Formats: sequence, structure tokens, C-alpha cells
Amino acid sequence: MTRSLSLGKDLLGLEGLTGEQIQLILDTAEPFKEISERAIKKVPTLRGATIVNLFFEASTRTRVSFEFAEKRLSADTVNVAAVGSSVSKGETLVDTARNLEAMRIDMVVIRHGASGAAQFLGERIESNVINAGDGTHEHPTQGLLDLLTLRDHFARLAGLKVCICGDVLHSRVARSNIWGLQKMGAEVAVCGPRSLLPNAIDDFGVTVFDRVEAAIEWADALNILRLQLERMTSGFIPSLREYNRVFGVTRDRLERAKKDTLILHPGPMNRGVEIDSDVADGPFSVILDQVTNGVAVRMAVLYLLSGGRPELAEAAKSGGSR
Amino acid sequence: MLPRGFFFSLGDWSRLAREAGIVLLFSVLAHHIVPHMPPKQSTILDSRALDRTLRRMADEIVELNNGTDDLVIAGIQRRGVQLAARIVSQIKDREGVDVPQGALDITLYRDDLQTVGPRPVVGATTIPWSIDDKRLVIVDDVLYTGRTVRAALDELADFGRPKRIALAVLIDRGGRELPIHADVVGKKVSISAGQRVDVLVEELDGRDAVVVTSIGEGDGA
Repeated sequence: MTRSLSLGKDLLGLEGLTGEQIQLILDTAEPFKEISERAIKKVPTLRGATIVNLFFEASTRTRVSFEFAEKRLSADTVNVAAVGSSVSKGETLVDTARNLEAMRIDMVVIRHGASGAAQFLGERIESNVINAGDGTHEHPTQGLLDLLTLRDHFARLAGLKVCICGDVLHSRVARSNIWGLQKMGAEVAVCGPRSLLPNAIDDFGVTVFDRVEAAIEWADALNILRLQLERMTSGFIPSLREYNRVFGVTRDRLERAKKDTLILHPGPMNRGVEIDSDVADGPFSVILDQVTNGVAVRMAVLYLLSGGRPELAEAAKSGGSR
Repeated sequence: MLPRGFFFSLGDWSRLAREAGIVLLFSVLAHHIVPHMPPKQSTILDSRALDRTLRRMADEIVELNNGTDDLVIAGIQRRGVQLAARIVSQIKDREGVDVPQGALDITLYRDDLQTVGPRPVVGATTIPWSIDDKRLVIVDDVLYTGRTVRAALDELADFGRPKRIALAVLIDRGGRELPIHADVVGKKVSISAGQRVDVLVEELDGRDAVVVTSIGEGDGA
């Protein structure tokens, strides 16, 4: 059974995908969940494919999740971090990637501090490029795993009310979530101090809540973002304590809403700042389910991107060189 | 040497060309219309015959394994899963035993993934019990090249080490490309590469039947 829908060469963001393509990724992720539950967590699908994880920014969850996804599909993986590589000697991104490509690689997973880095690379190399977070632009696989987790819980995405709380301004997760959720027919709101919302927030077509209590009252699910202290240059909020007092998601605030609200967080959490511990570890938290789903979603993306390349099919038919 | 009139006169030629043109027009039309018209089909098993065949297969599976001890059944996605369920319910009727039933999707184990176009749809694999030391029977709808079964054997090896693996297929259509054979066969048919065998099941297709369709030469199967 084959289908004509494909994702194209690269996964750069959810803004450029159709609802149909997002649906395809989520549906494909479903059977991949089972592989991670097996005693032998490995299928031979990407045997012989070489994937480079090019991480120019710190990451534990995403890098490990991608690496698990790659290895469970039997791909060969190489991790390159900016520190300790020739990047620290001043090599450009394109030169680094072209040198890696000269060693015959098939895919690059890139995390980079500059918005647009993944697209820049995708336009310049032949390998598939997967964006694992570029600056404050997009983090598509995080958006997808959030969608999958919500769909697991509510059995639908259309009509769902999701509020993204916190540091939307610096958050690539927020952008991927807003575009992804809207394409799947969900209603999206954001909540946070105005200093941490983009100036053009109205252009996103989302509701804006200035009070977290109102957001909790409205939402079926809250996606609570980390305060990205490392990206804050100056004066966005008076203090972490004050932020927690006004915008923190606490058990008290959730209980006052007198309904169940699903709690998501892309991690890493600042416990006691944007989220309290008893919420993070509470009965409505699906934060660890998100992590589990992350591997399945990334396997699905790797699987879908690695196919549908006519030149590969041609090369294989003629006993080609790849 | 040739008798006069062997060649058509000019008038004959133009008539011929005109007719050929009409024939050509029709064949072009036919080409566009064919996908919307039902291609030539023949039913080789109707729903009652299918039911009888599955009942016999269930008996043979029990016989082959000397009973139902340690017997487990895994259907291959998609139609094999429904057929496996029927066989399991037949065994339940005859022997009064619930045989564990699982599902295998072999897509990720295919040997042609690098050559097919867009990625095929992946279905669910459900083997929720240990297969170690079990007598496992793989159930599939059609046995053709044997490549699906090869993939299924590879996949099962990732789940454990059964005492024995047997293969039960509803239709064996010949044309093997690998050294694989079925232990239990519902019906053996001999059809050409230009024909396709479709097993239809109520759950997915709205009716039970096995249908052979001519898809023309060179279209593959």
C-alpha cells in the first residue's frame, strides 16, 4: 500500500506543512510507539543510512530523543557538537555541513541558535535536513509530539482549546505549536506578561490572556513554556518570584478552575517558576508522555523523509553508487 | 508477380486511415475510461466457500501442532489479521480454546524500502505475549513472492524464539522469489503476473470474497 503524500526533502517547521501532512506524521508515529516497548527496540528500516546530529546549542532531551529514534531505525549516527568541533575554529555552517556531506551522509538533524539556520542548510546541501530547533523560529518535532500527546489524551485535535503560557517571545516551541494546532483545527491562546509576547502576536490569530486564571478557566490543556533566562538580555520580568506569583501554574489555581486541565511542558522545567512541582508531578501532567511520544514522532519523521526520493530509487535500480 | 489489386487503391488507404483514426480515438478514450470501469474480474471464492476454507485451515492448524497447547497465531497486516481472527474463532468453536492472537506489520522490514516511492503506510504490530517456545502460526491472505513472509520471520526474531513457526495462507498463487512454502493452504491457484488476487473481508471491504482481477500486461502485481 503506497500513498502519494510526502513531506518533501526537509522538515523545517510546521508553518510550511499542510494539515494533511501533519496528520500523516501523527498517524505514522502511532505504530512506532510499539517498537520502543519491545525487548529488542530496533527495526531494520534505515539500515545503512548515516545521520549526523549537528547540535550548535545545548540539548539533552531532543538530542537523545533523536539519537534513540535513529538507532531504533538502525541508522548509523554521528553527533557533532559545536564545542570541540572545527566550528569553534571559525568554520562556517555550510562548510561544516559540506564536509560532512563529502563523507556521504544521508540526513542532518540540526539545532542552531540562529532562526532560519535549518532552511539555510536545507537549501545548500543534498541530504535531508530536520530542524531540531532554530533560534526563536521553530522546533517542529516538539510541536508534533505535543500534538500527538494531546491527540492521545483527547482523541481529537479539532476544536480543542490549548493555551500556551509563559515566554512566547523567545519560544520556538510556541510558534511550532501555534501553527501546528491551528492547522489541525484547534483553538489556540497565549498567556504571559506582555513583555514576553511578540509584538505581532495579534497576527497569529490567537486569543491573548493577561491573567493565567482566565487562561486556565478557558483551556482544555495548558502548554507551559520555560522562562528562557539564557535568551533574556535584560528586564523582561521584575523577578522570578514575582513571575511565579502572577503567572505561575500552581495547584491552587488549577483547583479553583473546578475542571481537569491537561498539563504539558516541553522541558527543561524551572520548578517553582513557571510551573509548581505538584502540578508538574500531578495527575493531569503528561510531561513524561510527551518525552515518550517524542521518540515515536521523530522515528516517523525520519521514516517519512527517508523515502520518496526518486533519485535513490533510480540509483538502486541501476546498482548505483549510494 | 503480385496480382493486381493486392495493394489498396488510394481511396481504400484513406478509408483505412480514417477507421484506424477512429480505432485510435477509441483506444485512447478506453485508456482514460478504464480506471473508472470495473476491470475484468472473477470470483474464485465466495463468502460461503471462504468460510468453509477457513474452517478447514483451522482444523489443519490444530492438527499440524498436535492440539492447541502453546499455539499462538499472528496475522499479517492487513487482511491476514482478519483471517487470523476468523481462524481463532473457528478453533474456539471446535476445541473450546482461546488461542492468543496477534498482528504483525512487516512494512519496516521490507527489502524494497530503498526503492519504493513515498513511504508506505505503517500499520500496528501487536504481539502482547512472549513467543518464546511457542508454536506460532503466521496467517496471511496471499502468498506470492514470499518476501512478506521473509520480512515477517525477521520481525518475529526480534520478539523471541518460538519452538516452531508455521505459515498458513488463504491463497497460494505461486511465483515464489524466495525459498518459502506454506504449511497450510486454503486454495492454490495458478495465475499470471498480469493478474491480481484480492482477498476481501467483511470488516474492511464490506463483503467476503476472493477475486482475481486482470490488470493487463506489464502492470506488475
